[in-house]
Amino acid sequence: MSNIKIEIRQEDVSKIKEICASYNRDPQELINILHACQEHFGYLPAEVQEVISAETGIPVAKIYGVVTFYSFFSMTPKGKHPISICMGTACYVRGAERVLEEFKKELKLQVGQTTPDGKFSLSSLRCVGACGLAPVVLIGDKTYGRVAPDDVKKILKEYE
Amino acid sequence: METIKLIIDNKEIEVEKGTTILKAARQLGIEIPTLCYLDLHDMNIENKPGGCRICVVEVEKRRNLAPACSTKCENGMVVKTHTNRVLNARRTVMEFILSDHPKDCLVCAKSGNCDLQNMATRLGIREIPGQEYAEMSTYKPDTSPSIKRDLNKCIMCRRCETMCNEIQAVGALSAINRGFMAAVAPAFEQNLEYSTCTYCGQCVAVCPTGALTEVDHTPDVLRALADPTKTVVVQTAPAVRAALGEAFGMEPGTLVTGKMVSALRALGFDYVFDTDFSADLTIMEEGTELLGRLKRHLNGDKTARIPILTSCCPGWVNFFEEYFPDLKDVPSTSKSPQQMFGAIAKTYFADKIKVDRKDLVVVSIMPCLAKKYECQREEFSVDGNRDVDFSISTRELASFIKQANIDFKSLEDSDFDDPLGESTGAAVIFGATGGVIEAACRTAYEIFTGKKLEKIDFHELRGLEGVRSAVIDFDGLPVNIGIAHGLANARKLLEEVRAGKSQFHAIEVMACPGGCIGGGGQPFHHGKSGVLKARAAALYREDANKPIRKSHENPFIIKLYEEFLGEPNSEKAHHLLHTSYFDKKKKIIVKQ
Ligand code: SF4
Ligand code: SF4
Ligand code: FES
Repeated sequence: MSNIKIEIRQEDVSKIKEICASYNRDPQELINILHACQEHFGYLPAEVQEVISAETGIPVAKIYGVVTFYSFFSMTPKGKHPISICMGTACYVRGAERVLEEFKKELKLQVGQTTPDGKFSLSSLRCVGACGLAPVVLIGDKTYGRVAPDDVKKILKEYE
Repeated sequence: METIKLIIDNKEIEVEKGTTILKAARQLGIEIPTLCYLDLHDMNIENKPGGCRICVVEVEKRRNLAPACSTKCENGMVVKTHTNRVLNARRTVMEFILSDHPKDCLVCAKSGNCDLQNMATRLGIREIPGQEYAEMSTYKPDTSPSIKRDLNKCIMCRRCETMCNEIQAVGALSAINRGFMAAVAPAFEQNLEYSTCTYCGQCVAVCPTGALTEVDHTPDVLRALADPTKTVVVQTAPAVRAALGEAFGMEPGTLVTGKMVSALRALGFDYVFDTDFSADLTIMEEGTELLGRLKRHLNGDKTARIPILTSCCPGWVNFFEEYFPDLKDVPSTSKSPQQMFGAIAKTYFADKIKVDRKDLVVVSIMPCLAKKYECQREEFSVDGNRDVDFSISTRELASFIKQANIDFKSLEDSDFDDPLGESTGAAVIFGATGGVIEAACRTAYEIFTGKKLEKIDFHELRGLEGVRSAVIDFDGLPVNIGIAHGLANARKLLEEVRAGKSQFHAIEVMACPGGCIGGGGQPFHHGKSGVLKARAAALYREDANKPIRKSHENPFIIKLYEEFLGEPNSEKAHHLLHTSYFDKKKKIIVKQ
């Protein structure tokens, strides 16, 4: 028994409808629809998922299931400086995990979260194709190569 | 029929093409253990995610062990179901599952009825290696008006997901997250109350663990019984008597009506009444409404909404309020038998015994979890005093009887009290799919035609097909009847109504597969579909043995109208026995 009310802006509804329509509102296209919406909004808040559900007829629980299954999708807005740490094989072997741990510690964040001031968000991704520079960290458009855990403090200082 | 020959545990067998190893083995009397797999073939319900891997077997010439529940037999296959490798693998799988499962069996609501617990026993698990390092999921428990969820006990069999999505077409539940946090939950991990759940309880009926259970209201009932200022009356739904015995080790399909009445009396209820009485009353009200609409429709009145839909199943009511609010004037306005009983008990009966409604406690024993929610609906109380105070399930009653040291099996039979305990065969069959509409036809036919029904049994309305239809001859007038059980089936018929394409004059809907006999509050069927069939057969047996089999011939119903209500659909009847429905659809509100 829902009696649920979802509030969302008109322009956002129109955008989601447009995206869903471009995929013929086909439930099979859910992943693509989610990708397109995330690209537009930067993340996939509950209201966006509700409208996708209304448009495609897919129960919103299922949509939420897909969003939480794939680490690519996020329900929190990205920070002003989104940090991505490559976890591809080359980076992993050369210590990316310890670098990630250091970022987590410094920012008191988990992967997929954003700092309360909205400045940084943390995510991990699969190979960015710069294996020669492993381990690789991306912050916004900037690439950092051969990052060691000890470099993390210094890198973050650049954004103060 | 193309067949396949294979060998399982050194025994040769020939099976139909497409048969799984699991089913072929069963034909040989070899019971391969399963956990996630669920097969209720009579209802067309199957859950086969192949996820738990408890059912693995060794297939000669294959490198990996194969899950028996989802591997099809092939010609010449040689299968071994209990080699050392198989048994070790099975044990390891179980140890993994248990390492992420709470160990509070002693106080778990499911204890003694838990498939996981039984499996641990069956596989002889004595320790869980590596438990000290094991990660555990950490979900908060959730309590809704009907259902309790403890996702830390979820083993991701996804049976509930199958029920909620495929069988019920509700989609309140879905698999979410991954790894140790993987579970089945409503969107955004909200509480069930903030989802589109109908409280049908079918997820509870199939959950193999204590992750999904009902909210226990027996302590409230106990308190009422212990209070000397309260008069406590109880009503029992038709389907309860066909299933309660199972909780005491009796064969499925054993009717325990008389013992149940004795047990309730022994528990201390002041009056033991029957929801069957109000089922007869429902037929009077709903049947009259049906005939009224039908006559107006036949006279060309365009405002007469046809088909009329039954409204005695609260899970179904929740469903259409959520998904088809635009059709909320189509169902009958008759309350469910549970609520009709409450309304009559707290007026007519309270007056008779000169007890104030505040001092009269009405308890219902139901096969259903949606009834817990239903009796809490605001429109079903007067100045905060509910018409039905508490609703407990068949399972809760069984546990209550055991707690009270009653040896159920050796109880003598006894009869319901008057005046709200008398019922007809028509009321008894309310508990099975097709039963309500059959009961309605028995009465509507006689009232409409003024003739006596030659043949009381409408076999064409019975059965377990998900969607059924029949044309009943009302002395020259063909009346088209539709029947659906399981909400996904109901949805199909409703889509037709919405599109203006429905051919039916009347449609019966029950939310639960099989009807109330398969309700979410019944003793667990543990995936055996024969259990539901046996329960239905028991109800039809009880009907056949009743001296009176048509609702309008129930002498106490006749008296109730004479003394109190006037006639069916009278103003008083409307006030007490009818209701209206609400638009509870999820709303997307556009901000400027
Ligand atoms: S009670 Fe019914 S509708 Fe609600 S979650 Fe369970 S299966 Fe779905
Ligand atoms: S809640 Fe129960 S039925 Fe649903 S997936 Fe978990 S263990 Fe299975
Ligand atoms: S029972 Fe076969 S995989 Fe679960």
